[in-house]
Amino acid sequence: METIMSILVGVLFTIGTYLILTKSLIRIILGTSIISHGVHLLILTMGGLKSGGPPLLGIGTTTFTDALPQALILTAIVINFATTALFLVLSYRAYQELGTDNTAEMRGDENE
Amino acid sequence: MINFLILPILVPLITAVILIFLNKSVIAQRWVSGLSAFVTVILSALLVNKVKNDGIQTLNLSNWDAPFGITLVSDMLSALLVLTTSIVAFACIIYSFKGIGEAREKHHFYAALQFLIVGVNGAFTTGDIFNLFVFFEVMLMSSYALILLGGTNIQLRESIKYILVNVISSGLFVIAVGYLYSVVGTLNMAHIAERISEISGISQPGVISIIGIIFLIVFGLKGAIFPLYFWLPGSYYAPPAPVMAIFGALLTKVGVYSIIRTYSLFFYEDGGYVQQVIMILAILTIIAGIIGALAYWDVKKIIIYNIIVAVGVILFGVSTMNENALTGSIFYLIHDMIIKAALFLLVGLMATISGTNNLKQMGGLIKNYPGFSWTFFLAALALSGIPPLSGFVGKVLIVQGGFSSEYFIGAAIVLASSLFVLISIMKIFINGVWGEPKTYANEKSVPYKQLLIAPVILVILSICYGVGADFVYPYISQAAESLINTNIYIDAVLKE
Repeated sequence: METIMSILVGVLFTIGTYLILTKSLIRIILGTSIISHGVHLLILTMGGLKSGGPPLLGIGTTTFTDALPQALILTAIVINFATTALFLVLSYRAYQELGTDNTAEMRGDENE
Repeated sequence: MINFLILPILVPLITAVILIFLNKSVIAQRWVSGLSAFVTVILSALLVNKVKNDGIQTLNLSNWDAPFGITLVSDMLSALLVLTTSIVAFACIIYSFKGIGEAREKHHFYAALQFLIVGVNGAFTTGDIFNLFVFFEVMLMSSYALILLGGTNIQLRESIKYILVNVISSGLFVIAVGYLYSVVGTLNMAHIAERISEISGISQPGVISIIGIIFLIVFGLKGAIFPLYFWLPGSYYAPPAPVMAIFGALLTKVGVYSIIRTYSLFFYEDGGYVQQVIMILAILTIIAGIIGALAYWDVKKIIIYNIIVAVGVILFGVSTMNENALTGSIFYLIHDMIIKAALFLLVGLMATISGTNNLKQMGGLIKNYPGFSWTFFLAALALSGIPPLSGFVGKVLIVQGGFSSEYFIGAAIVLASSLFVLISIMKIFINGVWGEPKTYANEKSVPYKQLLIAPVILVILSICYGVGADFVYPYISQAAESLINTNIYIDAVLKE
């Protein structure tokens, strides 16, 4: 199971990297989202995918899945959510002010 | 009081929350943020004193024992960096009173600044690798807000690049933590160090070295080392002077601190492979920074590239891993935080007076602004490491350590870099301060005297730091002690 998940994470990273290297701003943001999905799946995989009950004490099993990676993911998801929201609003503003979503046109050194 | 080491994090946090509600009244915001920054300086000075007297302070949050809960650890290195952060933040807040403009102040500028201090102080104090990630994000989020605030075209354009780079490096950080967790099964830094030395034996297994390199990439992206510094010159150019000062003084230094901390704790047993990589990258960083600093005629760009040079010098000292050079690195790290903040504020003042960043359009500032000019002159000498001033001791120790470990080329490059740094900074002085005085359009409206207060405080502090090196030395060597002999750190966290 871990092998399949690792391959899936690799595919997500490939797609994300490809999207980030394109010129359109919205594709770049989609790329960062896909990469962060890969990151979160990777934490879950690295914590181990052995079968066991969900980490709830009320359930009458003796083996549980590792609770720590789930807490890490939850934190990382929320942080990523906030960053993506900011990034989307920023790209909207940038489109309004600069009139382009092409990153190749966002160059220059001039102070305006 | 056992909770003492959390106060430099807690006070700015509470202040930031209060400041959110005060956004209409600029005067109230100034008073609250200024007072709170001053209180933070006092508290962190007391913390340094406490660490000096009683050894490493640790605090297990909510009474969970060490590897299971989050532990905050304040050894001398983090306590000193927290103190420096608070001082720099205080100076930048004072400068902002007159230097940032009311429009920005009404839109939560001070709140974002206080949240940035929370993130930086937290990152210096934490003893948990995932908590370090969270504090990084606190710091980065508020830096996004600060770099964007105002919304001019250049800020919009550059912050896109800044945010993109940091989102990717945060993703890599989480990956690195995930890998490390799957190998050692713990997140507490002291416990990770213990586990790694248990599994390694004579040499570290390859996977630890790989994780070490991923961490180097992550922290290198934050700290702007050689192939990963490309985002910094553009991004730091965009925001106004006080924000630039706080970025230049604090953000990259958090990356450098993380490299120092993780490498001294985790990745020191692999037969020098990671050390070699850091050393080569550090030397290339110095060279890249020098080339940039000499190439530009733009006052801000020159100082920005000097950040990169300083990061290289500090990392070179760290990579040699002998006691002299490590002590020198810590000396230089603290000096560099203070002097970079001072220089950015001075250069910001220079650009406000003359209305341009271009050196070729400036000249003769010394006639009408002698106070500014001599402050800048002293700051420039301190930056390049002229003996009685603060940059000297650190660099001497780094070079001495480099030569005694027989890394001749690197140490020679560190020495040569001082010369080029001096050339680049004197270029500003000769072209901007000397020469024929010119008339500038908005000269009259600049509150010159009030703006000069903060950089003068920082420069005086930096001079005292250099002249009083004898007084500071015991603190610094105590900081280096816990980096070389990591058992002190590990035992303090995982006691009994």
